[in-house]
Amino acid sequence: MTTTLPMQPTDIRPAETVRLPSAGRLALKRGALELKGFFRTKGQFIVIFSLPAIMLMLLGAMSGSRVGLPGVTGAQILTAGMIGAGIMGTSFQNLGINIALERHDGTLKRLYGMPMPRTAYFGGKIIQVLVCMIAEVILLITVGVLMFGIHLPTTLEQWFTFTWVLILGGISCTFLGIAAGSLPKSTRGANAVITLPFLIVQFCSGVYIPFSDVPWFLQIFASIFPLKWMTQGMRSVFLPEQAVVLEPTGAWELPMVAVALGIWCVVGLLLCLRTFRWTARDS
Amino acid sequence: MSDTAVRVRELRKKYGDVTAVDGISLDIARGEVFALLGPNGAGKTTTVEIMEGHRRRDGGEVSVLGEDPGRAGRAWRSKLGIVLQSATDAAEFTVRETVHHFASYFPRPRDPDSVIELVGLSGKADARIRALSGGQRRRVDVALGVVGNPELLFLDEPTTGFDPEARRQFWSLISLLSDEGTTIVLTTHYLDEAETLADRVGVIAQGRVVAIGEPATLAGRAEAEATVSWSTPDGERRVKTMTPTRVVADLIAQFDGEIPELTVRRPTLEDTYLGLIGEQP
Repeated sequence: MTTTLPMQPTDIRPAETVRLPSAGRLALKRGALELKGFFRTKGQFIVIFSLPAIMLMLLGAMSGSRVGLPGVTGAQILTAGMIGAGIMGTSFQNLGINIALERHDGTLKRLYGMPMPRTAYFGGKIIQVLVCMIAEVILLITVGVLMFGIHLPTTLEQWFTFTWVLILGGISCTFLGIAAGSLPKSTRGANAVITLPFLIVQFCSGVYIPFSDVPWFLQIFASIFPLKWMTQGMRSVFLPEQAVVLEPTGAWELPMVAVALGIWCVVGLLLCLRTFRWTARDS
Repeated sequence: MSDTAVRVRELRKKYGDVTAVDGISLDIARGEVFALLGPNGAGKTTTVEIMEGHRRRDGGEVSVLGEDPGRAGRAWRSKLGIVLQSATDAAEFTVRETVHHFASYFPRPRDPDSVIELVGLSGKADARIRALSGGQRRRVDVALGVVGNPELLFLDEPTTGFDPEARRQFWSLISLLSDEGTTIVLTTHYLDEAETLADRVGVIAQGRVVAIGEPATLAGRAEAEATVSWSTPDGERRVKTMTPTRVVADLIAQFDGEIPELTVRRPTLEDTYLGLIGEQP
């Protein structure tokens, strides 16, 4: 007797070649998601993105032209300072608060358990910071041009200075923001731990008041941090040439600006590598 | 491909002076549903998080899908699904955005919209996660755990905050995944959950495995004394016995017809569990 066995499905899967999505593609996806999240989180959007422009409009309208130098107004100095502060706000303050929140709400833990290359996470952050920073700077320049009569740079040299101050300042503050995100012990503390020191450094670095009006010991204190050098670089770009006499040293000191920001890029990177943790500390 | 999904030997972990895991050994077979039970602070979450690669161990050997979780890379992670104990992330994104986003990390994900339907969130797919209830939020976590089409799924107290109906739905989802061959490791506080879902359970207390086996026979449960009770005009009578059938036969002879309020009760998983962790039922 012969029996015909029913044909069973073999259920043999094809040879497994696990092809993981590329790091570049995932970085773009994360960048898009991060941007969506940034503009949907009202607290972040208002404090980090809108506040510098609002402050510029208010303080600029109040400062008048008390500088006493022909062709230079307080509002112009303020605009250059706010551009520096805007770069630091969209990088340092933004990432410091954002990463602290991500550490406490479980985002980092979830990502750590996912098949996502670490570079995609940081790539996404950089995309988010870059887009916010450029939008912020454009917004501030627009307010400065329309309300306070600042002039866009006219020479290639000035545009070059603008670009490297933006890039070096942005990179150093991005690294510092990632490192600072490890500091807050709780979600609620994040704003205080990140924003208060940032505000103090802004005052000392000549963002809200001309740097020459800052007491000398606070000038020295401010020189430790990158923001002072960023505002100085931006003043050299957006203020008329004769305004150089308002600088405490009587010069723009661009090589020194480059060196200070360059050092902060390296220090910031080292701090990041030393402090960044995906998971809560094992303690 | 080995038949063992998870192999743990003499696992140890300390937090400062506190020993969280004190020499745990266990094996979990491929395709098995394994539940870790134990009181709070027994070391369940620490053990699972070491298997997931979230925590480092201080000692012992761990192999998960053939690799050391402390060293394994992306390809290994793409075979795991992880449902963490408490997450409040992705608050500003919708359910659909989130599930689609995380699906794109995996080489062979499940269809994200089907996964949303599977966890019963179709009606909330376009709601922001911030606006969901606790139980709905938990289902998002489950969706993110299964969307990568994992070979091995870790669930850390997955049904906390679920209403009874949601818990039943979740149980049928786990059975479905198990039928498809997914290995499932879950921790839970609910003994009925372990009894319904798990092929085997491991009871952990103070960082050690105190019993391991099938729910029905755990720690000699099947051979343990049964309790026969019935009512008499003087009140309820109870007999603890190894031979309940004989007791009942005697009762039949004694009563003519129905034995009033007869029950024969074996120790429940809860009785066994409470006995194991040192609390008298």
